[in-house]
Order: sequence, then C-alpha cells, then structure tokens
Amino acid sequence: MKGTQLGEFEEIILLTVALLYDDAYGVAVLEELSSRLERPISLGMVHRTLQRLEEKKLLHSRFSEPIAERGGRSKRLFTITLAGDHALQQARRIRNELWDGIPKTAFDHLT
Amino acid sequence: MNRKNRIHLDNHSERSVVQPPRWAEQLLIRITAPYIRDEVLGDLYELFQKRVHRYGVRTAQLLYVLEMLFMLHPRLWRRKPEASFKPRYSKFNDFSTISIFHPAMIRNYLKLAFRNLAKHKGYSAINIAGLAVGMAVAMLIGIWIQDEVSANKHHKNYETLYEVRLNQTFDGKRGTQSALPFPTGEELRSKFPDFKAVATYQRSDGNRSLMVGDQKFIKNGIFIGEDAIDMFSLNILNGDKNPFKEPYSIVLTDETAQAIFGNQDPIGKIIRLEDKADLKVTAVVAKQPKNATLQFEYLLPWHLMENMYDWVKKAKIDWRNNDFGLYVQLKDGVDPAQTNAKIKDVVLNHQADDANIRNLVKPELFLHPMSKWRLYSEFTEGQNTGGFIKYVRLFGIFGLFILVIACINFMNLSTARSEKRAKEVGVRKAVGSGREQLIGQFLSESTLIAGLALVLALVIVMASLPYFNRLTEKAMSIEFGNPVYWGVILLFTAFTGLLAGSYPAFYLSSFNPVRILKGGIHVGKNATLPRKILVVVQFTFSVVLMIGTIIIYQQIQHGKNRPLGFTKQGLISVNSSTDLLEHFDALKGELLATGAVMSICKTNAPPTQWWSSNSGWKWKGAGPADESVIFTTIATSYDYAKTMGIRLKEGRDFSRDFATDSTGVILNEAAVKRMGLKHPVGEIIKWANRNWTVVGVIPNIVLEWSPYRDVAPMTVIFAENWVNFIDLRLNPALSPSVAIQKIRPIFDKYNPAYPFDYKFADTEYAKKFSYEELIGNLSALVCMLAIFISCLGLFGLASFMAEQRVKEIGVRKVLGASVVSVWGLLSKDFVSLVLIACIVASPLAWYVMQEWLESYTYKISIQADVFVIVFVLALLITLLTVSYQALKAALVNPVKSLRSD
Repeated sequence: MKGTQLGEFEEIILLTVALLYDDAYGVAVLEELSSRLERPISLGMVHRTLQRLEEKKLLHSRFSEPIAERGGRSKRLFTITLAGDHALQQARRIRNELWDGIPKTAFDHLT
Repeated sequence: MNRKNRIHLDNHSERSVVQPPRWAEQLLIRITAPYIRDEVLGDLYELFQKRVHRYGVRTAQLLYVLEMLFMLHPRLWRRKPEASFKPRYSKFNDFSTISIFHPAMIRNYLKLAFRNLAKHKGYSAINIAGLAVGMAVAMLIGIWIQDEVSANKHHKNYETLYEVRLNQTFDGKRGTQSALPFPTGEELRSKFPDFKAVATYQRSDGNRSLMVGDQKFIKNGIFIGEDAIDMFSLNILNGDKNPFKEPYSIVLTDETAQAIFGNQDPIGKIIRLEDKADLKVTAVVAKQPKNATLQFEYLLPWHLMENMYDWVKKAKIDWRNNDFGLYVQLKDGVDPAQTNAKIKDVVLNHQADDANIRNLVKPELFLHPMSKWRLYSEFTEGQNTGGFIKYVRLFGIFGLFILVIACINFMNLSTARSEKRAKEVGVRKAVGSGREQLIGQFLSESTLIAGLALVLALVIVMASLPYFNRLTEKAMSIEFGNPVYWGVILLFTAFTGLLAGSYPAFYLSSFNPVRILKGGIHVGKNATLPRKILVVVQFTFSVVLMIGTIIIYQQIQHGKNRPLGFTKQGLISVNSSTDLLEHFDALKGELLATGAVMSICKTNAPPTQWWSSNSGWKWKGAGPADESVIFTTIATSYDYAKTMGIRLKEGRDFSRDFATDSTGVILNEAAVKRMGLKHPVGEIIKWANRNWTVVGVIPNIVLEWSPYRDVAPMTVIFAENWVNFIDLRLNPALSPSVAIQKIRPIFDKYNPAYPFDYKFADTEYAKKFSYEELIGNLSALVCMLAIFISCLGLFGLASFMAEQRVKEIGVRKVLGASVVSVWGLLSKDFVSLVLIACIVASPLAWYVMQEWLESYTYKISIQADVFVIVFVLALLITLLTVSYQALKAALVNPVKSLRSD
C-alpha cells in the first residue's frame, strides 16, 4: 500500500513531532526544523505534510484552547499514533539494516 | 462556531498589537477548509508576531504574505468527500462542515450530473429539448414585447412629446380623433407658454410622385412643421442642420436618397414634386426604426403645403375643417394635466357662436403622450381604453404559459426519473453523504440541464429570429451587448433550474436510507398525485391555447368572408393627378376602347376605404340635434355603383342620362335608417347650402378601416371636382396581368409625371387583417409549440411509467392479458388526465375568448363544436404520444422482463 511508505520529508516531520512530544503544532514543528535543516521551509509545506500524515493515520491531532497570542485561535496539537511509531521504527530498521549491510571497504574507495 | 466568535472578541481586545495584513488573512479565511482554518490562521499569526519581534513589521508582513502564498495548495482547501477519505474513517470526517457551494463540491456535482445525463440520453434529450423550446418561445415573445414597449423611445424628447387630440360628440357618441383645425397649432404656439415646439403635420395618405430627370418614383412622405426636426431629434446624416429654412426644400431618409440618387451626394439636387414644384434636397436623415410611430420616406416643410395647395390656404383660417395633425413638445417641467386644462376649449372658443357645437359637439382638446402612441391608441367615449397593449399582454401570458408548461415537463420528468435514483440516494446517505450534499447534487443537476437548455434556446432564437421578424414585420435582434438582458436570462435560467430541481432535491433527500435500501421505495400516491396535477395544468394551458387559436382563426375568416356589398375582385384604383383629371374623358374613352376596362369612375378615397365624413345634413323631420350626425362621405362621378360592383337596393347609379345628377346623392341603408326615410328615392336633403336629390340606395358596403366594425351611415355624393382616385373595373374575361398591360400605355400617355401606380382592391382589403393575421399566426405558433412541449413531457412520462411497470406487464401477459388490454391499461391514466384538463380548460377558454371577441362588433359567437374538436384532437394527440410507449411495453416478451427474478 502506498500509504505505508514514508517520504523523506514525512519522516523528518514525524520525527520532529515525536521529538516535540506534547507541543507539536505547525509553528513549533516549523521552528524546530528550521533550526536543524539548512533549507527554507514554508509553513504551508509543514501543514500539508502534517495533514497527509494524519490522513495516513500516522498522526493524531486535537485542538487546544484558543490562545491570545495566536489571535484567539487554537493550536492543533499533533501526537504520534501507534501506526506512526511503527512506521518510524520500520524506517529506522530498514536504515539500520542498510547501514549494517554496508561493507566497510565501500567508503574507502571514495576520494 | 464558538471559536469563531471568540476570535472576534480577542481581536477587539488586542487592537494595540500589530496585525498581519488583513486582506491576506481574509483571503485565507476564504480559501481554507473550515476544519483547518483555525490552526492555519493561528500558526501564521503566531509566526507573524514572532517575526515582528525578530525582523520588524515590514519584513514580517512580507513573510506573512509569502507564507500565505505557499498555503495556496489544493490539499489545504480541498474537501475530498470520497476518494481520499475511506468510509471506515468517515466518523472522523464530519461532512456537514463542508460547504455545498465549495468549488470542489460543485465540480463533483457537475461531473455526476453529466454522467447521469449521458446515461439516460432519451430523458435528457426530451428534458433539454422541451425546456429549450419553451425558453426560446418565451424569449422570442420577450423580445417582441420589448420591441413594442420600447417603440418611440429613441426620440430624445420621448418624455415631453405629445400629439394633440380632439374629443367631439356626434349623434350622442363621444369620439376621439387626431384631426384638428389648421389654426390650432398657431394658436397653441402663440398663446400658451407651455409649449416648447409645435409642428402641424399632414394626416392623409402621403404617396406622391417625385421626379428626377425622367426618373419617376412614388414615395410616401409627409408635410410637417419645421419644429419637427428637433422635436423628434431626427438624426441629420448629411446636409443642413436647419433644412427647412426655405419652403422649397425636401429632406430624404438615407434609404430614399439611396433609392433615388444611388451613391451620389443628394445634397443640393433638385426633385420635382407632383410635377408642380421643384425642391432642393437640403438634408438626409436616418431612417426611423421600424417600431417608430413617425414613419416617412421624405419630409416636406409645412410652408410648402400652404404654398402649393389652395385648399390648405383656405383651411388656414377655418376652425371647422378638421384635417390636420399636431405634434407638440412641452417645456421641461410643465405638467401635462395643467396644460390639458388650459387648452381644452381652444377649438370650442372659436366656434362658440354655433349653439350646436357649443351644446352638442363640445370639442375638447387634450394631449396624448408619446409613451402611449403605440400601445394605447384606442379611445372609447373620449377615454383612453388601451389598444395594442391587449395583444402585448395576451402574448405575455402566452409566453408565461409556455414557460410554465416547459417547467412542468422538466419537473415531472426530473421527479419521475429521480425516483429511480432513490437507491442511489440511499447508498450515498449510507456512506455518509449529508442531506445538503444531496440537495446540492440535485439542484446543480437541474441547473446544468437548464443551462444546456439555455444554450439550445439561444441557438433556436437566433435561428428563428429572421423568420419571426418576417412574421411580425419587425426588425428585432437580440441585444447581446445589453447586460440587463443577460442578467434576466441568467436569472431566469437559474430560477427554472432551481424550481425544477427543488422537488427531487428536497423530497428525495429526505428519505430514510435504511428504508430505501431495505425494501426499495414505495413512493406511491404521494408522489404521483402532484405529477398528475401538473399534467392536468399543462394540458389545460394547451387546450386553452388550442381553443383560442381556433376561435381567432374563425374570427379572421368571419371577417374575410364578410359580405362587403361590393365586388373587390377585378377592381383597381389609381392615384389620380391633375393631368389625368384634365383628360379624364379622353382617358376613359381610350380605356373602355381597349376592352380591358368595363367601367370607370372617380372617387375621393380608395375603393376599400372612406376618407371623409361630414355632419350638417338636413332632411325631412330632422331636428337641430340631428345636424351633428356624422355621415361617411364618398365623393364620386358617374358609374360609381357599376364600377364598384354594387347591387343597388333601390333607385339607380349616377348617370349622364340624367342632368339633375350633378346634385344627386346615393345613401346606404344605414343612412336611410338614420334619417328615417320611408321612400328615400326622390327625397330632397340639404347639405352645405345645397339641395341634394336622393337617386338611389345601396347596401351597407364595408369600407370601414376595421372590417369588424359596424358600417356607418354613408352619403355618396356626386362631386367630380373633389376626387383623387380613379377606380377601374377590369374585364373578367382577361387575366388581370393582361388587362394591366393593355391599360398601362394609356396611363403613361395621359399621366407623364407619374409612374403607373395601381392597387388591387382585394389585396388592399386583405391588408386590413394584418393585425389579426399576426395575432392568429403567433397564437397558432405558440399553440403548436405548447402542444409539442406538453406531448414531449407526456412521452417521457409514459415511457417512465411503462418502464416502472415492466414486471407488472410481464406478469399480466403471462397470465393471458392481450396487447390491447395492456395498451389500454397504460393509456388510460393519461387519457383521464387530459380529459380532466379539457373540462377545466373549457370555461377558462370560453371566458378568455369571449372577452377577446368583445372588442369586435362583427364577430362570431363561440360554437360548441370548437370545444368538441379540440377535445378530440387533444385526446388523439395524447393517445398517439402515449401509444408508442404503451405498445412498446405491451409487445415486450415477458420472458425478458421477468427473467431477472
């Protein structure tokens, strides 16, 4: 199924949500990512990905109470679901397996 | 919703905080789906505030806009109801929050609608075609009404222009005329400050000969006061802006100029008028639109008329000769009611010494505004009682009828078909489609059909407009540039679509999905009753139209077949000229000698009309009041009755054999009756200070303008010097064309200044029916289309019903039902509906047509057989329409229809 595949950006977002734990929402994710990645990211991109991940049932969201600093609007707080956790674990496993499978000499040939 | 309210509150309390650009925020609110709106806006707001701290307001704003632009992605506003949300998650996705007007939803609806249309091609075709025809007819009628209503509006002074009219009482009847005494115009101009401009015009026939070199033309023009150019805001294309400075000038329309001079510049050219005067062309004006009241091929200055004709010079000071028309323009802001009161007695005051006029005739002037010239031109007892407006109203109603019929069709077919779709509704509801979505779906489907019908209707209108123009003798066009027009059309289409879609939308969407899916639908009587009522309404309209059309047709035939009292076949008339009259005896001799002409006489009006009427006749036993009795007056010469083909009731025709005939008069029966003469022939009656001897009595010959009016009392007087027409009776042994060929050279010889211009009395008479013919043709057309649309609907309904009962029919056939009985079973329903419609329609049609006939004196009485014929016709048409479907259903092999169970 297409839905279970994780894109690169999706994976990063998912990881960020996990990292932020109970305070993962659009701006927080964006700021966290901006401080770590060296490419420009728009809020729109973040939102789209969050939404997609939720549709894939990898994330769950709830609304916070309205907050004055946000012009009286609420946050949508994301938490990772069991399926999300699975997907991350799986991605990590695949990577680990790949890493583990790389013969040591493979990097020696690089100049 | 709660959240939204709070947003507003908070915004108020935080005025001091820098706000992100409002427009960008608004835009976002508009495009984002409600369920993510809050977080998106909240995030952006938060980011914005942070960036204001970090980079300053301007950069933050810029970034805000940039972020907003990045938000413009379908994922953020798309509300995918089906594809991406799988049913098992549906409880998480509350569809009721999705607006049914959202673009994505509408796109989805339209897609479904198109699929549905394509799936049921037959229904769709019937639906669209029926509605399109209905809309097209309504549009054509709309254009026609628009043309009538906008008549004369092209004149800049539309609001302030009036024609002066005169009410007078003769023989107890108050009549209204536009013929006034000559001096009225000058009196109004010089004594009343209310008028800005005054233009007298010539009312009688304006056909005259125009000669340029040896080219001869007969063209129709009018003598008119110099003010008319500005009053009627005539558009001078070429030449003098003040073209009537000199009396010997002529103004041509562009069309006339083209006809006479081709592409040469006509300004300054000389045209010889009636072989009497040489006129210089001083200006060319644009031809008036076809719906204008003021029509002419050329204009002549009023002063020229005074110069040219002696009788006009005499009339100049005569307050009794009512022969001239008068247009006036009021000054801006002048109240016409006050002016009416002021000018009322102008004519009376100049004849106040005459007791009869003062006490009986009571002439009274009043203003008839330009806005009423075309549609409100009829007067009864001195009061404006409408006129052509009644036809405009009639056709407005017809148009509405047709539209209603088409809409009913549309509704019936849509509802009939949508019952079949109940299952679809059930399934869609079960998977979580809300009622709103279903309503949206049905409404957009019907609106789409209406839209397609509109396109087709426009095509029909454009294709049929030339034909329609010929039929109505107009030059109408669709004003594509007029936004109002488009607005009306679109509104109307949307209305039709929404109206027609309303039933399935609200009725079907209310179904309980469990019930539908469990046991199918039992729509039953609740649903078919309104449909039956609608079919009855529809056919009631059609039957009324059918009856109406037949009665109109009968009335026209009645008028055409009216005994005229003279023989119009083989009778021609020629506009006479001074040359012809001077050589009349020689002309007559030569014409008779050809053998093509049986008889010849001179008259003061064409043979199918009268142009003159007089009061003041005195007879034995007449009281002073009788002097106000109006007699139609025909002035003629010898052989009048013979030439007209009139069989005299008593006495004889004017003849050379009796010297006393130079003061002879022939009366018609109405005149004899009015005068109360027992033995009219030989009786001496007095008029214009002369004694006239009654020599004969003719029947009431129909020369009235309307062939449906009563014939007025008439005097035919012998007055050879008061004639402008020559009537000829052709030899019936020769074909008319041969006869004309024989007499043409003789007229050319004696009438060098004029082309030989003759008119056949029978064709002239036929022209009197142009109004009725128009109404007859239009109503026949409307009627046929109404029947067509109704039948289309019936056809669709019948096929639907046959389809619905396919299994029942199968079972019946298996049990031994014959084809005929099945056919009867299916036809019966419709026949009974149409019968009910006939019964409802009869009194309605009778009442409407009785009203219509009221305006005619010479009229038919409505016969019962019309109704019978229409009923039979309606039933036949119904049976024919339904039978195709019924037989098709009856002939199906039951094996086929029952196999699936």
